[in-house]
Amino acid sequence: MTTLTERAPERPAQRPESGSLVQQFEYGLDAPICLTWELTYACNLECAHCLSSSGRRDPRELSTEQCKAVIDELQRMQVFYVNIGGGEPTIRPDFWELLEYAVNHQVGVKFSTNGVRITPERAAFLASPACNGYVDVQISLDGATAEVNDYVRGPGSYDTALRALANLKDAGFEDAKISVVCTRENIGQLDEFKALADRFGATLRLTRLRPSGRGADVWDELHPLPEQQRELYDWLMAHTADGEEVLTGDSFFHLAAFGESLPGLNLCGAGRVVCLIDPIGDVYACPFAIHDDFLAGNLLADGGFQRVWQDSALFNELRSPQTGGACASCAFFDSCRGGCMAAKFFTGLPLDGPDPECVQGYGEHALAGERTIPAPSQDHSKASPTRNQPVMLKLLTAPPVSACAESPLAGFDPTSTTTCGTGCCS
Amino acid sequence: MDALLGEPWMLSPSVALRPEPFGALAYHFGNRKLTFLKRPELVAVVRALGEAADVRTALESVGVPASQHPAYAAALRGLAATDMIRPRKDAAA
Repeated sequence: MTTLTERAPERPAQRPESGSLVQQFEYGLDAPICLTWELTYACNLECAHCLSSSGRRDPRELSTEQCKAVIDELQRMQVFYVNIGGGEPTIRPDFWELLEYAVNHQVGVKFSTNGVRITPERAAFLASPACNGYVDVQISLDGATAEVNDYVRGPGSYDTALRALANLKDAGFEDAKISVVCTRENIGQLDEFKALADRFGATLRLTRLRPSGRGADVWDELHPLPEQQRELYDWLMAHTADGEEVLTGDSFFHLAAFGESLPGLNLCGAGRVVCLIDPIGDVYACPFAIHDDFLAGNLLADGGFQRVWQDSALFNELRSPQTGGACASCAFFDSCRGGCMAAKFFTGLPLDGPDPECVQGYGEHALAGERTIPAPSQDHSKASPTRNQPVMLKLLTAPPVSACAESPLAGFDPTSTTTCGTGCCS
Repeated sequence: MDALLGEPWMLSPSVALRPEPFGALAYHFGNRKLTFLKRPELVAVVRALGEAADVRTALESVGVPASQHPAYAAALRGLAATDMIRPRKDAAA
């Protein structure tokens, strides 16, 4: 595997003086446009596909004062808003204090939550002048029905999310977002998601399932099938044509190879316009790439976020012109630009080859070849399962060795004098 | 010729300009729109608007040749559409 750090240059590439905005973005910006900040690895849920493998708090997580210093620096850098996530950010005791601090320092907040702490009181606060209309709330929901959602997010999580949405609506909070990770299980529910969003006066936001974090464990089972990718593309084309009816976080640019590009930059922004600050202050190239290979530095150890953003060797490498590799000769390379770096990395594919979900079919071919899935470099999953853990029961694809191997009571007939009727126990 | 050239304009009070290598990023704290000013000259013009008697004066102060004024007027109309810049009502130019 070719990793980025092995061939990092010492200085940033020379930027052309003209060129399209996208070309300019490929050379990076002085500060990110879209910054994600995971405030904690602690979470009340244990979603099967969690891209940050969250569950337990990390003892090294930034203190309240350190977080405020980060906000001060973001204000100085004119990072106008930040996407806050986790873990579940609202279970940090200082979450609401930090939210107000950011809003008061011209750093708008869009935060992602499973809704567990969006009580009527908090909803009223979010709708109040204290937040100045400068806060966006994204409620995560990965199924339009409890059955589909709770399968991956855990029992009760659907009810929690809908209660939060109802609380926000009742408090007069306008335009909450319902954030959906598109999976094999829920692609057929897009219209239902839209209806749900309309019911709560919310905006639907669809994003791509990445094989990052625990997502690597369930990606094979959950990533959309090729025909579902087409279904998703057609649905998005129909619903994003007239403005911002449905948001996508620019995450489906690999689908551009179907033909017309979806609205958005259609560019991998990792280290160029996007990055992630994790709960301990580590800075990664993108929210879907929490791995040592994409670690640019630490804002405590390396002199602040601005230093890491502007000077890291990794980010300067990402801002250099990239080669198309195996994709360069493909007629659709200009549309999809080879797809998502994180999706390739975490499925063990070369970074300069096709996306594992390449809609021209090159991904399937690449996946069938020899590859090594990289070991995770960290894991904050809970050490032992709790009652919130999803139970991903699957239909057996092969018959059991014996009936007893599937159920200890197989063939048990209480009226019979023997305890097992199959004979395998004897 | 676009009438805008003879009018007094200004950067909206809720807009911040963030310098970037290609020009600037304009962010409107009210409507939360993000816009990119793709040329350093356009950034200079936008910054000069508030101090100039009218748009034409701002363009001249930055050194934009008259032949390019219509193109700049069109770009400014685009910025006005999302309230990045707005007509200055107070000044009786």
